[in-house]
Amino acid sequence: MAIAEQQTSPQAAQASSDRTWHAIVLQTLKRNEISLIPYVPDRVLTPLIKNLHADPFFTTFATAREEEAVGIVSGAWMGGRRGAVLMQTSGFATLANVLASLAVPYQIPLIMFVSERGTLGEFNYGQSLVCRTMRPVLDSLALEHHTITRLDELEFIADRSIKQAVTTQAPVALILNPLLTGGKVFDK
Amino acid sequence: MSTNMSTPNTKVMNRFDVTSRLIAKLKHEEAVIGGIGNTNFDLWAAGHRPQNFYMLGSMGLAFPIALGVALAQPDRRVFALEGDGSLLMQLGALSTIATLKPQNLIMIVMDNGIYQITGAQPTPAASVADIVAIATGSGLANSAWAADEEDFERLVDEAMSVAEPSLIAVRIDDKPGVGTTRRDPVQIRERFMHGLGVREPL
Repeated sequence: MAIAEQQTSPQAAQASSDRTWHAIVLQTLKRNEISLIPYVPDRVLTPLIKNLHADPFFTTFATAREEEAVGIVSGAWMGGRRGAVLMQTSGFATLANVLASLAVPYQIPLIMFVSERGTLGEFNYGQSLVCRTMRPVLDSLALEHHTITRLDELEFIADRSIKQAVTTQAPVALILNPLLTGGKVFDK
Repeated sequence: MSTNMSTPNTKVMNRFDVTSRLIAKLKHEEAVIGGIGNTNFDLWAAGHRPQNFYMLGSMGLAFPIALGVALAQPDRRVFALEGDGSLLMQLGALSTIATLKPQNLIMIVMDNGIYQITGAQPTPAASVADIVAIATGSGLANSAWAADEEDFERLVDEAMSVAEPSLIAVRIDDKPGVGTTRRDPVQIRERFMHGLGVREPL
């Protein structure tokens, strides 16, 4: 699909299939035994979501809201199963309450992958505004977060951050920047 | 309290009494997630069990949290107790559960039509919406109103014998919770994990 291809960065498109950003994320999740993946979809996340659905190791499904997904992986963690939530920047903006009342005080290693919209070519003013709320919210709760811009750093950051979340029983947000994913560009 | 015309034959019960009846039935270390406020206060008052989880915030997430537990431990029955006001915050979760069809998840809605704990203001649904119809319309075919306490116990027994998610709605009075949960989130979570056999105490 032409539009989808335009939304993938040249580096990502030319990389061999197991060295795309989404293949690295999938393999890192698997290596860390993270098998439950609720998500609210995002255009940029589409190849990752598609491949997660295709891999029977993962239980991958859409939820109606991001906080619902946070509740699900929190319950799963307490039941002994690891999960991660996929979302877009605007979805993260709905999470302040559940972070402050569930994930942080109950010490749950909530692993979040956030596809970053609102920067580096955003065409929707609302998206650029909501993006500016994300890091202040993360910082206000002193939550670990990393903005991933480089393919060669992705595996290290994701793998180490997941392990740190689990061992320190603290949430982490991994922000997938357009420099990594290609982002979403104006398409009329 | 709900003036819902679609449930004219439904007795108005009491949350603590119904919760106690449920707990008395649990013989296999079933997990119970208690929603925010009075719902988990009465779960606490009914007698602490290591398999109880008490929510101190995140209104509306009792069903999603219970779904996560149910997906992690498919051989254990998982109950979720939620208030009608809380459920209204997260109706989409009903469809997620209907899609995933966990065989071990039982949802109980305590419906008094009010936000009791904040001053008994009526919910927007109180006089117009039917929780069971919403659940059925969301894809949860095995949803029912409990007509009275005996019927509630019968529905719980039935839910524990079927291989699909169940939702039981109970009309309750406007009484506050009987106890108050000790607000120690880390200990609540840790003891719950011990109760589920995920961890051993230090």
